[in-house]
Amino acid sequence: MVKFNRFTLDNGLRVIVHEDHTTPMAVLNILYDVGARDENPEQTGFAHLFEHLMFGGSVNIPSYDEPLQRVGGENNAFTSNDITNYYITLPSANIETAFWLESDRMLSLAFSEKSLEVQRNVVIEEFKQRYLNQPYGDVWLKLRPMVYKKHPYQWATIGKELKHIEDAKIEDVKAFFKKHYTPQNAIMVVGGDINLDQVKQLTEKWFGPIPAGEKYVRNLPQEPEQHDERRATVTAKVPLNDVYIAFQMGDRLDKTYYVAELLSDILSRGNSSRLYRSLVKEKQIFSEVHAYMTGSLDKGMFVFEGKPLENISIEMAEAAIWDELEKIKTIDIPADELTKVQNKTESTMIFSEMSLLDKAMNLASFELLGDADLLNHETGKYLQVTAAQIKELANNLFRKDNSSTLIYLAEKV
Amino acid sequence: MTIDRITAPEFRAIDNINLLRPAHQALDNGCNVFCFNSGDQELVRIEWIFANQRFNPEKPLLNIAVNTMLTEGTNTMTQAQISDKVDFYGAFLQVDYGYDNSLVTLYSLNKHLQHTLPVIKDILTDSIFPEKELATYIRNQQQKLQVSMQKNDYVARRNFNKALYGDTLYGLGADADTYKTLHREDMLAHFKQMYQPSNCTIIISGKIEPQILELITDTFDKSWTNPDVKPDATQPEIKSSTEHFYFTEKPDALQSAIRMGLPVINRTHPDFPALQVLNTVLGGYFGSRLMANIREDKGYTYGIGSGMSSLKHAGAMFIATEVGADVCKSAIAEIEKEINLLKSDLIPDEELSLVRNYMLGSLLGSLENVFSHADKFKNLYFAGLDYDYYDRYVETVKTISAERLKELANVYLDFDAFYKVIVGKY
Repeated sequence: MVKFNRFTLDNGLRVIVHEDHTTPMAVLNILYDVGARDENPEQTGFAHLFEHLMFGGSVNIPSYDEPLQRVGGENNAFTSNDITNYYITLPSANIETAFWLESDRMLSLAFSEKSLEVQRNVVIEEFKQRYLNQPYGDVWLKLRPMVYKKHPYQWATIGKELKHIEDAKIEDVKAFFKKHYTPQNAIMVVGGDINLDQVKQLTEKWFGPIPAGEKYVRNLPQEPEQHDERRATVTAKVPLNDVYIAFQMGDRLDKTYYVAELLSDILSRGNSSRLYRSLVKEKQIFSEVHAYMTGSLDKGMFVFEGKPLENISIEMAEAAIWDELEKIKTIDIPADELTKVQNKTESTMIFSEMSLLDKAMNLASFELLGDADLLNHETGKYLQVTAAQIKELANNLFRKDNSSTLIYLAEKV
Repeated sequence: MTIDRITAPEFRAIDNINLLRPAHQALDNGCNVFCFNSGDQELVRIEWIFANQRFNPEKPLLNIAVNTMLTEGTNTMTQAQISDKVDFYGAFLQVDYGYDNSLVTLYSLNKHLQHTLPVIKDILTDSIFPEKELATYIRNQQQKLQVSMQKNDYVARRNFNKALYGDTLYGLGADADTYKTLHREDMLAHFKQMYQPSNCTIIISGKIEPQILELITDTFDKSWTNPDVKPDATQPEIKSSTEHFYFTEKPDALQSAIRMGLPVINRTHPDFPALQVLNTVLGGYFGSRLMANIREDKGYTYGIGSGMSSLKHAGAMFIATEVGADVCKSAIAEIEKEINLLKSDLIPDEELSLVRNYMLGSLLGSLENVFSHADKFKNLYFAGLDYDYYDRYVETVKTISAERLKELANVYLDFDAFYKVIVGKY
């Protein structure tokens, strides 16, 4: 149970306060409701590039990192297809420094040309390090456009291509800031060794004067239901073949979301899961095989990924995955197997309460979904899922005409 | 009302840091148990820690393979039954191989511990390393290795360790053929020698009610006995290579991985905390000199850092990064420049006070929950140190002078003596 209080400023900033006096630290987490899905198709990778620029100095404070380090704090941020999230942890006695820094960059950035130029280069190196200079690193750049034909999830957060990053202009940066980095587009969670009154006072002081800005109304093209089997094969200098099969699934608020999580756990969570046991251990088809879901806010992906052993053909490998899918579609799931994944989910939730930062990020994410208190009802939702619902969902999802298969072939040398 | 957004708010330096100390209990069988009892959640983490056995160059993989395969079957349970049982009770069972010690870790809700503990007891006393599972392990490791060898940073780390540590547990870099030296009989013998109470330390952290502790000690005391063979955790002497430069060319590389550094002192040496301050200035945090210069000013890389490793029989300082292939030489020149600056110029007060505060905040922040307090204890205990180490650490961070840091840079950081490893283009 994660207890919290909540208030909203006149400018629309939503604030959640979670007191935890078992630690001498405090955390300030700000989630901006903007991700790669909000980008212009001709300027992809922008939300993430922008995240880098948020550390390049704000209107009144030339360096973001230095004053924070000076008071014993640390920070980082990440961008996903849905959100951009910034967090600070620091000794609670110095919490005001976090308010000072975060409010100033919400007020306005410095928009320095030098910062833009350097961060363009840094992001280009990140693009290379993570996506281009790694074996299989570009898989998501290829798989996303197969699954999404209309929705902006068709590009990864890093962007479609290096050129989009290279072309970024300071005017674009300013426009992006104005559109998305407003109080009413943000959720702030303050947690740890702090108290509600103190947080209210500091929030009013530092964030109260920031103008509300214009409300960003999201209107994204919706991804139509898939009714055609999609396939692609690429050959690259990688040591082993690799098979990816992605299925479209519901969005985060779809009633089948929790069913899908447990379905994925049954298939692939831990060494007692079906894919590991059957395809790695018993039949010895793959050296590794996994199933997972992207968990995105809009229509998600349910993905299978496996590297077949060298004596196994791609056809056999694919057929072996489909065999497992047929089983879960046709044979009732034993009660013990369902209890197992439910127990695991329950204990995962309890263990996650050991981390202050995890709690803060979770509260922000659930507030974005509509209500931070949803966090405290998660376990109950998993416990209500039935074996019949899982089987039904498997039948709805795992259809050939809902699949996108990407075969990654090792180039023979 | 307008507020002053230019001036930073007042802040307080961190005075003292309170570390939880464990309760100790020695079991009759020679196993030492340490308890960190704290926290609100009804759960525990239990670690069984065993000192790795003497490295045998003919059979180099025994320590890691035995550890990794502990969950692969016992006389009474198959791999499938072990994982079923652990997962059914919502527990997490991990095996972790480290350079000095091998760990078995159980995360369990207290309410299920009576069901999960017997599984651990079984794998620690009765593992059999079935031939079939061994064959699968070897084949899958060989496949994964092929992928890892395509990653420049992996190859760089491997070459670096080999150069520094030679033919020891620390320097080992297996290739596909190395796995052919693994045989079940050797693993069984190794298992018997290593996984015995007299070679084991148990560390429990979480909400340890009396009945929980009793359950654990009952399971791992009287009914767990030492075999006739004694453990041997001595290690062969480390001989670093005489060659200091290693370049592995990857013609298609977009980036080059760079790893460079040299053997230095480890945590047991009085200079260690001071050297950590120097390391932090150089490359130990986001605002470090390496990051400020090579990422934030030049944009050569997504990230660069320096670090110190403290092992039982060695210590090292190293710098690691992946840089654009076309700027590899420039990046190395900048690294050299930064090292030499530490040796020629005093660190300005402003920067040093920032680093002091950052390091203390970072230490405080690393104590997130009871598990982190146990982790701090492990750093001390396995290095043969006491809690006064952290008192000295805090004192050093607060008071060390720029002059002393410059001296240390001259003692420890000789760029010409660095081992330099490059994978990609040069």
